[in-house]
Amino acid sequence: MSAILKAGGLSRFFGGLAAVMDLDFEVNAGEILSLIGPNGAGKTTVFNLITGTLLPTRGRLQFFEKEITGLRPHDTAALGIARTFQTTSLFPDETVLDTLIVGFRCRTRMGLWDALLKSGRARGEEEKSRRKALETLSFIGLAERASELARNIPQEAQKRLAVGLALVTEPKLLLLDEPMGGLTEEENAGMIRLIRKIRGQGISILLIEHKMKVVMKISDRIVVLNYGRKIAQGTPTEVSQNSEVIEAYLGAGYAE
Amino acid sequence: MKSGRTSWLVAGLIALALIFPQFVTNKYYLNILIMSGIWSIVASSLNLVLGYTGQVNLAHGAFFGIGAYASALMMLKLHLNFWLALPLAAALAGFFGFLIGLPALRTRGSYFAIGTLCFNIIVTLIIDRWEGLTEGARGLMGIPGPAPIPIPWIGPIAFKTLTAQYYLVLGFLFLTLFAMKRILNSLVGRTFRAIRGNEELAEAVGIPAMRVKLLSFTTSCFFAGIGGVLYASYIGFLSPELTDYHVSFDSLVYIMIGGVGTMAGPIIGTLLFVTIPETLHVAAEYRLFVYGLILILMIIYLPRGIVGGIGSLMGKKTKGVP
Repeated sequence: MSAILKAGGLSRFFGGLAAVMDLDFEVNAGEILSLIGPNGAGKTTVFNLITGTLLPTRGRLQFFEKEITGLRPHDTAALGIARTFQTTSLFPDETVLDTLIVGFRCRTRMGLWDALLKSGRARGEEEKSRRKALETLSFIGLAERASELARNIPQEAQKRLAVGLALVTEPKLLLLDEPMGGLTEEENAGMIRLIRKIRGQGISILLIEHKMKVVMKISDRIVVLNYGRKIAQGTPTEVSQNSEVIEAYLGAGYAE
Repeated sequence: MKSGRTSWLVAGLIALALIFPQFVTNKYYLNILIMSGIWSIVASSLNLVLGYTGQVNLAHGAFFGIGAYASALMMLKLHLNFWLALPLAAALAGFFGFLIGLPALRTRGSYFAIGTLCFNIIVTLIIDRWEGLTEGARGLMGIPGPAPIPIPWIGPIAFKTLTAQYYLVLGFLFLTLFAMKRILNSLVGRTFRAIRGNEELAEAVGIPAMRVKLLSFTTSCFFAGIGGVLYASYIGFLSPELTDYHVSFDSLVYIMIGGVGTMAGPIIGTLLFVTIPETLHVAAEYRLFVYGLILILMIIYLPRGIVGGIGSLMGKKTKGVP
């Protein structure tokens, strides 16, 4: 398997505090890689570094052999890195369908003049966006909520929509920040199905999640962070038997 | 169903606006409507960046003023024809918007509001002090009106009468609203709304927020410039106060009252605020007091303005029907 994302010596300091320190890891094509660790281990910071929300203090990032260190979020999104946020982030006043239509904007080509003249290109791109949005809508299972406002739908549906919004940008790598936070056992199962379905489309997934049962079940590989450093990596079985991981995160009771 | 009814209403209002001078020839009322038309253009253009893109621009008076002064100077000093000065002056207002937007739009929220307010004050000061160019506080006088448009067979259309001026302004108001509607209904307009809704998320889905905000801001300033040109040629006189932050705040109030982020809001707000004080002869010194009071009440009880309020009432009604 080939690596699509490579992080080398990735570091980020906030004042004197190292949020992420000399982190090396790779995401392979088509895999589900989980990033786990205690609160404050630097997991979300890693997401922010990959997408360009934060600039690394040191180190570099490569996506499909291309240097992406220092690119802004809209550039990395255009290259095919999409993300969701830990606190579900949506356009509150847009309908579910409109949310997905605007999400496809980065794959369309039309400008102000096309809009003013309602050019053939403008109409074509709008039609394409609508089709793509409807397709994504049924993929995430929200077709019957198409015309509801994003802020009015239930939390579980909002989580799906946030994933759908990332997905509609046609990513090659999807970063999911606690997609199961606050969901019930039953809803978890639905989200796991959705994540697997996304991977089935050939999209690689980098996942932050605290629910260990889910992580162990769904991940191909796991990277464990503690105080911004990588303390272990490997398959779920390898990681769950690692004594350092058990001590730092999983807890003594986990091994049994 | 609802959109069908709305479009009938809009068609009716357009027809009413078109035939209005056939019934009302009173110069006083026509003058009020012409002024309302000009300010509606200014308020609608502000609404693009403020209501739909979520950037509280408090320099709109400056861009209105740049359009007005630029066109007046082009006509008076360079003897350009109105029809040439109009697009040039509006483009200049847009260009200034672009230049100011570059640094200002990097800030967010109240910082952007304060930054643009400062810019407005600077523009007014420059216009006031640069007497060699702008005549300073004496003002610019004798700004010509639009040149007649020669049309074969029918003869030239002149703009000497108030009725003709009314149609001129109405035409530009329609043009402005048409452009706004086209923009807002397109994917470009969707990106404006995305930035208003959640700028960080918009960036995350690949929308270059800075570029999009700059586009909205520049376009908004261009149309403010058109409003300025129409004002200059209609009134025929300009002074520095016409570019100052009162103009920005007035437009802001019109939008807030009418309905932020709605097409009709700025026009309804402008009509109310231009007509009512004129017809009731509210003394000028109480005007700001009344503005303030109404604004506070509106923000508490009708935060989305008159149009927003009606919209949510209708929404509630239709929700009750299965």
